[in-house]
Amino acid sequence: MRKLAPPLMLLTLGGCAGRQAMLGAAGRDSALFAWLWHVFLIVTVAFYCIVIAGLLWAVVRRREGGEAAVRTGLLVWVALISLTLVGLTLASWLADRNMNRAPRTGLTIEITAHQWWWDVRYIASDPSMTLRTSNELHLPAGTPVRIVLKSADVIHSFWIPNLSGKQDLIPGRSNDIVVTPEKVGVYRSQCAEYCGVQHAHMAFDVTVQPREAFEQWWKAGLLPAHAPATSVEQAGYTYVTTRECSTCHNVTGTPASGQVAPDLTHFASRLSIGAGTYPMDRGHLAAWLADPQDAKPGNKMPVIGLEPAELRAVSAYLESLK
Amino acid sequence: MTDFDPDLARDGPDLTGKELHDRLIVAWGRPRGLVGWLSTTDHKEIGKRYLVTAFAFMILAGVLALAMRAQLARPESGLITPDRYNQIFTMHGTTMMFLFAVPVMEAVAIYVIPLMVGTRNLAFSRLNAFSYWMYLFGGLMLWIAFALNVGPDAGWFSYTPLSGPQYSPGKRVDIWAQMITFTEVAGLAAAVVMVATILKQRAPGMTLARMPLFVWAMLIVSLMIIFALPAVALDSAMLLSDRLVGTHFFNPYERGDALLWQHLFWFFGHPEVYIIFLPATGFVSEMTATFCRRPVFGYPAVVLSLIATGLLAFGLWVHHMFATGLPRLGYAFYTAASMTVAIPTGIQIFCWIATIWLGRPRYRVPLLWVIGFVVSFVVGGLTGVMLASVPLDLELHDTYFVVAHFHYVLIGGAVFPLLGAVTYWFPKATGRLMSESWGKVSFALVFGGFHLTFFPMHLTGMLGMPRRVYTYPAGMGWDTLNLISSLGSAILALGFVVFLLNAFRSFRSGEPAGADPWDAPGLEWATSSPPAVYNFAHLPSVASRTPLWDEREGLPVMTGLRVDAREHLLTSVIEAVPSIREPSPKPTIWPLLSAIAIGITFVGSVFTPWALAIGLLPAGAALTAWFWPKNADIPPEPEID
Repeated sequence: MRKLAPPLMLLTLGGCAGRQAMLGAAGRDSALFAWLWHVFLIVTVAFYCIVIAGLLWAVVRRREGGEAAVRTGLLVWVALISLTLVGLTLASWLADRNMNRAPRTGLTIEITAHQWWWDVRYIASDPSMTLRTSNELHLPAGTPVRIVLKSADVIHSFWIPNLSGKQDLIPGRSNDIVVTPEKVGVYRSQCAEYCGVQHAHMAFDVTVQPREAFEQWWKAGLLPAHAPATSVEQAGYTYVTTRECSTCHNVTGTPASGQVAPDLTHFASRLSIGAGTYPMDRGHLAAWLADPQDAKPGNKMPVIGLEPAELRAVSAYLESLK
Repeated sequence: MTDFDPDLARDGPDLTGKELHDRLIVAWGRPRGLVGWLSTTDHKEIGKRYLVTAFAFMILAGVLALAMRAQLARPESGLITPDRYNQIFTMHGTTMMFLFAVPVMEAVAIYVIPLMVGTRNLAFSRLNAFSYWMYLFGGLMLWIAFALNVGPDAGWFSYTPLSGPQYSPGKRVDIWAQMITFTEVAGLAAAVVMVATILKQRAPGMTLARMPLFVWAMLIVSLMIIFALPAVALDSAMLLSDRLVGTHFFNPYERGDALLWQHLFWFFGHPEVYIIFLPATGFVSEMTATFCRRPVFGYPAVVLSLIATGLLAFGLWVHHMFATGLPRLGYAFYTAASMTVAIPTGIQIFCWIATIWLGRPRYRVPLLWVIGFVVSFVVGGLTGVMLASVPLDLELHDTYFVVAHFHYVLIGGAVFPLLGAVTYWFPKATGRLMSESWGKVSFALVFGGFHLTFFPMHLTGMLGMPRRVYTYPAGMGWDTLNLISSLGSAILALGFVVFLLNAFRSFRSGEPAGADPWDAPGLEWATSSPPAVYNFAHLPSVASRTPLWDEREGLPVMTGLRVDAREHLLTSVIEAVPSIREPSPKPTIWPLLSAIAIGITFVGSVFTPWALAIGLLPAGAALTAWFWPKNADIPPEPEID
């Protein structure tokens, strides 16, 4: 127990409310998780104490007979374990049932996982209102959101620890999960099923915002990309739309319309580059463009070999895509 | 054999002592020299080889673990490339599970089970030799491939479609799947040998109800192997066939199913955990009894717990798949079944503690490992209860919390008892005791290093760190915890080094042990240390669960087995009533040659399916030679008056 006590305190006090932590409790399911976790934690720690106390007692006590008493003890022990397990199973089942009870509303998001990035579509009944983005998720606080999960290649797993549990994305199948974010904030999600060489760099940022802000974000997302305003941006625009980039990437409102890589229409409004590999800033953007294989070796974006001037132009243009 | 009096063809009151020994040495010995060494069918020689090989693989996989800990000691470390890291974690898991944990338990069993049940050798002793060679070749193939940068990189679980032809081109996954085939053949062979020996070769009077608890554990584990391994055999064969000849078992776009792999894999994979854990509980029971100087409390309860665990193990596999989107209602069954395992395990824990309580414990090194086992394993058992709950598992699954959980179960629950068991049976196998003081040093280092390495991982997992990542970003709250884990792993490794050096030094110059250095109750202590090649001069006969404690004047023996040829006494399955004398095969090189022929076939089939057709010829020839009728070799039955 000497070993267990301080870290357990840390956990129960919720001292680990990080951006990617289970006890962040920023969603309906994760609040239920936190409740159930504490129930299990208290019960299992109690059982651990009993076992260790029994062991210590057995080691230090003065020896006498008493086999009959021990036999009774075994029966009591079995009864205690059995009843506790029934209790825990019941608690687990109740929590599970509540998690599945989330009401389904109109908002549906479809996420398709690729090696090693996330393709995100906000589905609207009017197809012109459907929004495509990549490697980010914006969610309205207080609204249950149904997320349909698919995979384009291997098995991945969708997981926003602060909001809810995992659900796998499996090729040939369609899974779904209902997430109800409750606390406004920025969280991090990371693929939780080993999916190949860059499994470690397959994350995205989750922004939970008030309903109005979310709707504004959606509307802004439907607008075409920012038009180049300076000559450097113009040079970048020309490169992106006429050279290698547009083969794979889409920038809505421009001739760049590739569909096999992350959508770049509002690229600079995201918080990270390369599915959570780098933070979004000019230095990292230039580093990524110069050699995408440096920070994320094995990913499917090749080294283009941009000349310094091209690198400056493309960075400037991409940075303007708010 | 002509040197001996032909009238004395069986052991008995007239034929005992030195003369009996000389005759049995002739009958049970093997030819000298390299060919003789390679031909042996003696369970003690094979058991030792199995054990040394398994520990060698453990050291290799342990070095990989240290490499991973070095890489993860700090965020965004560039020490190991992602491709290499993915090979390393795949090799670590694969080696530890398939080439260390299961084989090492079989290794100990192969050595001690015939001694514990009082017989001269294992049943099907040539099959036992074959099992070892297949295991060795499979392991060598995997590690040679890794050294040539063709190490598998799809995880020890090789989920499809990542491990399929499209996403894992090249030979890496084929090597992995074929290694599975080798270890399956080896594992199944060893299991059949074990079941036959335990059920039919027990000493007269050793009824099922008097069987030592480790023998019970191995009986159940061997039956589990026979039921569990075919699932993964089928699975890996289907994967190979998808990869080599273009079938589509796991290809969702051709009406295959990616999840089918996981069902079959975990139908084997979960029982596998108990296949590792139950022998360890057998070690704990044996050591607890010996060092508490009384039989384990609640023998029937412990046996029933072993059986219950063995059965429940087959009803849990879906708890590895809670996140795959299977029907939610079905999950409730697997939650309940997974939690139920806590009952038999809790019973066993209670019985061991009660044995310490009721007994007069001697705190020698093996008992320290038992206590370390209880303190550590129970943590893993309790986190297992947490993981059985669907809502908890959906968060905890595939994070470092799970890494912490199963290392508590596998190291705390299986490796601690194993190191205790090695210390315990070391004097039997070598004739010398391991150093007590160095044993305590290694225990302290392994125990401390283990907790320092793996306890923080519970927290790393709770803070959201997923498994199987070659690196992680800074500032997630994971940095310090990972550094602590990495430092702990160095201490843990040092503990293993001390343990192995102690074993090596004691083997050379340890204190001589004598037949029964611990005053233990089991039959294995009734013969010399190390035992003669024939194990027992006269077969012992038993009338209780603790024969050596109850028959202080010397065990009653059974005589009448032939001494001019190899012979076993077969007894009835339940009551162990002597029923028949059965010839035991002589040593031969053919199991090795068969294993070579089949091994070449297996390795060749990684490259072309034609290897299977062509390889049938040498394999068939070797097997024919192996199974050639042997009756002609056995001298005719002597007349009895």
